[in-house]
Amino acid sequence: MDKILKLLNTDARLTTEQMAVMANMTEDEVTAAIAKLEADGVIRGYKPLIDWEKTGEEVVTAIIELSIAPSKDEGFDGIAKTIMAMDEVESLSLMSGGHDLMVTVTGRTFKDVALFVAKRLSSLDGVLGTATHFVLKKYKERGVLFEDEEQDERGTV
Amino acid sequence: MNYEKLINRTLSEMKPSGIRKFFDIAAEMEDVISLSVGEPDFATPWHIRQEGIKTLEKGRTWYSPNAGLLKLRQAIGGYLSRRFDLAYDPKTEILVTVGGSEAIDLCFRALLEPGDEVLIPEPSFVCYDPLTRMAGGVPVALPTRAEDAFRLKADTVKAAITDKTKLLVLPFPNNPTGAIMPREELEALAEVLRDTDILVLSDEIYGELTYGREHVSIAALPGMRERTVLVSGFSKAFAMTGWRLGYACAPAPLMAPLTKLHQYAIMCAPTTAQYAAIEAMNNGDSDVMQMRDEYDMRRRFIVDELNKLGLTCFEPEGAFYVFPCIQSTGMTSEAFCQKLLEKKHVAVVPGNAFGDSGEGFVRISYCYSLKHITEALRRIGEFLKENGLCPK
Repeated sequence: MDKILKLLNTDARLTTEQMAVMANMTEDEVTAAIAKLEADGVIRGYKPLIDWEKTGEEVVTAIIELSIAPSKDEGFDGIAKTIMAMDEVESLSLMSGGHDLMVTVTGRTFKDVALFVAKRLSSLDGVLGTATHFVLKKYKERGVLFEDEEQDERGTV
Repeated sequence: MNYEKLINRTLSEMKPSGIRKFFDIAAEMEDVISLSVGEPDFATPWHIRQEGIKTLEKGRTWYSPNAGLLKLRQAIGGYLSRRFDLAYDPKTEILVTVGGSEAIDLCFRALLEPGDEVLIPEPSFVCYDPLTRMAGGVPVALPTRAEDAFRLKADTVKAAITDKTKLLVLPFPNNPTGAIMPREELEALAEVLRDTDILVLSDEIYGELTYGREHVSIAALPGMRERTVLVSGFSKAFAMTGWRLGYACAPAPLMAPLTKLHQYAIMCAPTTAQYAAIEAMNNGDSDVMQMRDEYDMRRRFIVDELNKLGLTCFEPEGAFYVFPCIQSTGMTSEAFCQKLLEKKHVAVVPGNAFGDSGEGFVRISYCYSLKHITEALRRIGEFLKENGLCPK
């Protein structure tokens, strides 16, 4: 199981056949393992890592820190559920440290994102404050470099 | 000046390494995708690098004792006992060297008299034959075959022994074939050697990199420790090639002359590297395990893909190379590599660079990311198809 996760995490587009060879399993075992991981909710989805800069498409990403007054009944979960339902929100995490929720939001323009924060997030009950940080350049995401690989300097022996 | 006349004859007659040649051509080309290097693609694990940095910060920039830091020799002793069931006295039986390479060279120079014969299995890494010659010895090639899984057969050794035989080189797990020597094969070999005065130079630099079964050192077999010089190092297992650090282990009467020569020729191995290596020995097992798992995954992938392409590939059980047979293409190893490089810009090493018995094979390294390997294999597939070489 660990091996399958590791392989998918390297490249989710590996074929069942390739994974079977690499993990020393049969193809049926791989298929079953993946089905189980999906059913158990261990695997939540598969997506490519897109370098939007290269597509020419306008995509603006911001990381927003929210300070929250937790509600008596639900703590942070109540407000988190409201926020995670919003399509603009790409990721949402509860944080330790100086603020409570960290929200990643994408939009087409800086203004879109800023307005989203002002109108939709800061106006929510329980939100005490926001700090918006726009992403200017992405260097690396989920272990993958967003720039051309350095030249391999090996091969001189 | 006639320089040619001034250079040592044995050296000038020696041909340059066949690995080098292809590197040099590849270096001139753009967009080359190489599967030719013989070193890990991992950087040295951070905690090991950090120990190197720390000793530099502390200003420990002086020579170490000739034989190496005692602490490192003790750590090596502990490691060899833990991993391979070997017992060497750090004070008199372990020498820290500049890579396994220095240890190999020392061994030839310290032991060989002019005319002494050295048995060298083939295919194997390129250094044994030239270094033997430089030390006045006579290399005797012992071919290994794909049908024997490239293992060294006891009969082959027995048949090659003469009254001039001084040393048997035992380079397993093997570069370039990826072959290993399982215990039963070593036993058979030991049986041949026990009644002789032949020494064994056991180059176990890939000892940590076996897949499926643990490496066995010939020195761990009854009666073999006394006639074995074990050579290993940090380069392959701990991804420390650039630190240049290795070691030799042998009974004290053999170690003393090696140390004497090392003391005159080298003084001591790099001190910074030695401090880092202590950390590798004491706390590096889990790093090795992780890297080994990663290599294993790539190994399975590459063997499977090559076989599908019709390049029959015996399943290597060690090191980080595969050694597919290219005879089905009707080309020589050199021609295959040359053409593959020209047409598809993929660099692999011709098998005959590792001895005549490597003809008909090529060495492919899997010290590359899966993505890199996949692309290279795609190009090899195209190459075979376009040239009508694909048996399918």
